[in-house]
Amino acid sequence: MERMNTLGVKTRPLIVSEIRKDFPIFNQHDGKKLFFLDSAASSQKPVQVLQAMDHYYSTTHANVHRGVYHIAEHATELYEGARATIGRFVGAPNPSRETIFTKNATESINLLSNSLTRGTLKKGDVVVLTEMEHHANLVPWLMAKEQFGIEIRYIMVDENGYLDLQNIDELLQNAKILSVSLTSNVLGTINPIRRLADLAHEHGAIAIGDGAQYVPHLSTNVTDLGLDFLAFTGHKMLGPTGIGVLWGKSELLESLPPFMGGGDMITDVRLDGFTPNELPWKFEAGTPPIAEAIGLAAAVDYLENLGMDAIRDHELELLSYAFESLESNFGKDLVIHGPRNVNDRGGVISFDFKNIHPHDISQVLDQSGVCVRAGHHCAKPLMRHLGIAATARASFHIYNDRSDVDALVDALAKARAFFG
Amino acid sequence: MPGLEDLYREIILDHYKNPRNEGIFPTPPALKAEGHNPLCGDELTVYLLLEGDVIKDIRITGQGCSISRSSASLMSVAVKGKTLQEVDRLLKIFKSMMSISTNSSGEAEVVDPVEYSERELGELIALQGVVKFPVRIKCATLSWNTLVQALEDRAS
Repeated sequence: MERMNTLGVKTRPLIVSEIRKDFPIFNQHDGKKLFFLDSAASSQKPVQVLQAMDHYYSTTHANVHRGVYHIAEHATELYEGARATIGRFVGAPNPSRETIFTKNATESINLLSNSLTRGTLKKGDVVVLTEMEHHANLVPWLMAKEQFGIEIRYIMVDENGYLDLQNIDELLQNAKILSVSLTSNVLGTINPIRRLADLAHEHGAIAIGDGAQYVPHLSTNVTDLGLDFLAFTGHKMLGPTGIGVLWGKSELLESLPPFMGGGDMITDVRLDGFTPNELPWKFEAGTPPIAEAIGLAAAVDYLENLGMDAIRDHELELLSYAFESLESNFGKDLVIHGPRNVNDRGGVISFDFKNIHPHDISQVLDQSGVCVRAGHHCAKPLMRHLGIAATARASFHIYNDRSDVDALVDALAKARAFFG
Repeated sequence: MPGLEDLYREIILDHYKNPRNEGIFPTPPALKAEGHNPLCGDELTVYLLLEGDVIKDIRITGQGCSISRSSASLMSVAVKGKTLQEVDRLLKIFKSMMSISTNSSGEAEVVDPVEYSERELGELIALQGVVKFPVRIKCATLSWNTLVQALEDRAS
């Protein structure tokens, strides 16, 4: 069965009951159903990812880029093959050169803020961020501000949860860097990244995208997005923890100094200096996360097999259902943050429910097997803007369906009765 | 899994919905300390009026979950009119009740155990169930830690 999505592309609908069979965690917990609505924090892992890592460790583990014996060569092939797969997944023009493995999206951005401040950025140079950024795209730049005296300007958030772009030209005046999340982890807002990247380029600035909440859910092509760099993380896209990615344009990566120093990132070391390695290894010091890279490539295969357009359609359908269901059941008792138009959102719903503290909501929901996040979501400046200390947040991925939304609604009704 | 009624006892919900000793005192003469739990964004401010070594009166303002708010309210009732020595004893008992960790064989153990009777604890015993929900222990102890801070600031 096929259906047309909003772009007129035919997609195969996801069959969630089949997908859930691939995720061992849903078969645990004494048969009690797990309603996992916290994939924006970290997704669950399909057996294909676990098996790929297990198979690697069981059959061909050796360090990469070193041994000339056959299992070491095979490990290197798998690791570099994973790089190419993951680079292609985000449309990298030169996937094998431009895809750098890090620990997570946070490290990817730290790599950039660090290398840029030792290369391109000088005291007084301007970096433009937004008020809705995750701490991962705030603190590295605030550290650079403290240490090197760069200036940070912010694109603010309007009352509907969109970026306020009225004064964008003013903000980008003389800017060297624009670094923006593609999807907000709190509001769900999908930002107009192409437009922002084009504007940054018009002003001579480099455009960095934080894709942690975008790449796992929407078809991504770095060229179409107009980006110079893209950071994302493996564990939110069905992959293991401990692996993230930085994609960058070759010429920019060439121009930056290395991040961390150590083995593998050099072509020569003398007592009085060193010569950095070629791309991408120049940015990968020490033994890399080999099994994790292989696991992430298996996750990418899994996502591609379902189709990113089909995944987006599925999440849009779920979002619409959740919006309708929450509104019809709770009306004004429940306030959803962020854009009203689901087409402008990722699969994230942050909400306030009466005056019940998110911790209490999360605790009551847990009793019904419903897992949601409660807290400030590592976005304290945005929380201040919203005038709240914390929210509860439900987020979706491929293994969620309407039954998860129904369980959420039922559990919220219990919480209301309890704290009423 | 422990049930919700272990955590949200009736007394707790009552103190959450109708917090006692809410408000502020001018400083000086009141002592004041601010506490916050960065993990969940809970914040509260404790104001103390001392007369000699007696807590003559107390006010608390802030925002937080039901456990942190009700614990603060219960604490305010428990320490009001008590001598600092009695407060110190209550603090040790309360901390003992909240300091549960698991040993190597997975059994719950009290860290720094203190001998006490339930009578000494009074209504505070309603918070006993919190230890079954380890992430919420910080919510329950926030107000007590802030109280200690206010008294320590005075000492220095």
